[in-house]
Amino acid sequence: MTATSHPLSAAVDNAPVELVARHLPWPLLVLLATAFGVLPWLGNDYWLNAILIPFLVLSLAGLGLNLLTGYTGQTSVGAAGFMAVGAFATYSLLLRVPGLPLPLALLGGGLIAAAVGFLFGIPSSRIKGFYLMVTTLAAQFFLEWVFTKFPWFYNYSSSGTISAPRLELFGYSLASPVGRYLLVLSTVVLLTWVAVNLVRSQVGRNWMAIRDMDTAAAVIGIPVDRYKRLAFAVSSFYLGVAGALWAFAYLGTASAGSFDINRSFQILFIIIIGGMGSIAGNFVGAAFISLLPIFLNQAGQWLFGGHVDAGQLQNLQKIIFGALIITFLIKEPEGLIRLLDNLRERLRVWPLRF
Amino acid sequence: MSSVPSIEAILEVRDISLSFKGVKAISGLSFDVRRGEICALIGPNGAGKSSLLNILNGVYRPDSGEVVFETEHFRRIHPLEAARRGIGRTFQNNALFKKMGVLDNLLTGLSRHMRSHFFEQAFGLPRARREAQQFREQAEGILEFLELQPWREVAVGNLAYGLQKRVELGRALIAGPRLLLLDEPMAGMNAEEKHEMSRFIADVNRDLGTTVVLIEHDIGVVMGLSDHVVVLDYGRKVGDGTPAEVQVNPEVIAAYLGTRH
Repeated sequence: MTATSHPLSAAVDNAPVELVARHLPWPLLVLLATAFGVLPWLGNDYWLNAILIPFLVLSLAGLGLNLLTGYTGQTSVGAAGFMAVGAFATYSLLLRVPGLPLPLALLGGGLIAAAVGFLFGIPSSRIKGFYLMVTTLAAQFFLEWVFTKFPWFYNYSSSGTISAPRLELFGYSLASPVGRYLLVLSTVVLLTWVAVNLVRSQVGRNWMAIRDMDTAAAVIGIPVDRYKRLAFAVSSFYLGVAGALWAFAYLGTASAGSFDINRSFQILFIIIIGGMGSIAGNFVGAAFISLLPIFLNQAGQWLFGGHVDAGQLQNLQKIIFGALIITFLIKEPEGLIRLLDNLRERLRVWPLRF
Repeated sequence: MSSVPSIEAILEVRDISLSFKGVKAISGLSFDVRRGEICALIGPNGAGKSSLLNILNGVYRPDSGEVVFETEHFRRIHPLEAARRGIGRTFQNNALFKKMGVLDNLLTGLSRHMRSHFFEQAFGLPRARREAQQFREQAEGILEFLELQPWREVAVGNLAYGLQKRVELGRALIAGPRLLLLDEPMAGMNAEEKHEMSRFIADVNRDLGTTVVLIEHDIGVVMGLSDHVVVLDYGRKVGDGTPAEVQVNPEVIAAYLGTRH
């Protein structure tokens, strides 16, 4: 490591990389190179469509919720409501503003979701904890209702659904699995980079200070209410973009029902299992939530396929999935990312235990 | 009113009264704090010392009276306003951000000096990076001053109590306060830690010229450290003067140290 060592400090050499150096660690570069350079050519349509795209979109949604809940301490169970805003707003922009490029439509969808998130964040200056959580629950049901009740949002289609509009960028069609994968990957990488900047900046520190003790934050001069609303807006921006990608890059056709309370819980589980207040935790949590059921399904088919009733097998998978979640959370309540960190630390000093 | 000329006073407490649901916490309290001094507030538990600090930085609103800070008169000062005007504060039970590291805790103290905007920070633009570098250097200065470097990245929740108190002092100090309010900075410390903390407070006062108002129960520490002692009992002032004067004041001895039989 290229740490500048300080004469009085032994700890600076062991300091987390971000505190001493601002370059990308090489494993991350390898990962990025693989994701951009290798996977699009290696992965078949099934892998891209059914595994990588939903994994990436869910990671992005987790990231959005984590900024609000993991970093600012404002628990929300309305994540999917804001995803719906992003999806329907992006659809509206692409439909009603001719010639609007896709990135701008996504940006616009995110910004509209941010504005709605800001509105629902206003009560956070007066109510806290469980009571605030209930207002986010209200947001979830209210937004779902709005996108079902008013046909304008789904362009008066009889099915009440919105469909992927022209996915193209500078004349290139992004409708193929590889195109959609690259669109999702680029968006996620860009927004993750912004999130890393944010949580390491003074803005991020203010959020974490509010999470740890909001009264003390106010006394040392942090405008608590403003930063809570900012967290709601930024979080909803991320969720809005994730919602648009979920609808158009993954599902293809979506409705308000695609963003129901179960989706909100799924996003919440991603950050609880992955790790609150961690950027990488969102990816680990999303991988766990989206990939493990697929793996269990494959394993079940391979082990018991044909011998056990398919319905029973489904139930068995759910039981194993639930049991694994409970086991991991007992083992490490701070999430899988902490478990991985501990493991890495242990490997680093192996075979010397002390 | 004290005989101290008000020109020299950085802080004047004027006829402050405060009650909680009819229970008088402070009644008709007045005293001055001179610029550059260390002023100790002493008195038995429940004498109204912490309540007074809470009024001074705007957490509580007094029923009557006013506070004059640097010739500005306040009926009530909002906590954010107090921080902006240069009143720093530590708490009796540490109010640190427990999951954040020592360095990050110190850096939160600089929030009110933040000039770069949200988007500059989100995209790591030059002004935000320059500011981050400058904040980091200031924090390193505080780490060095308070000898906290070995714990730079340790989450403060995992630190020993005495060290946490020092981090809290650092967080208040980094913003460059003109008036520092310390609520029992040495509570729960052993003799060695108290000695260390006294040294840090004296250094802050001497090297940085910060005016200090502190609450402390250890009379030995108070007498050694402070220039000025205000004694409270049941929300009233019973003594006000130099440590030597207060020590021989019969009313103080009766109220605080116990009547001699």
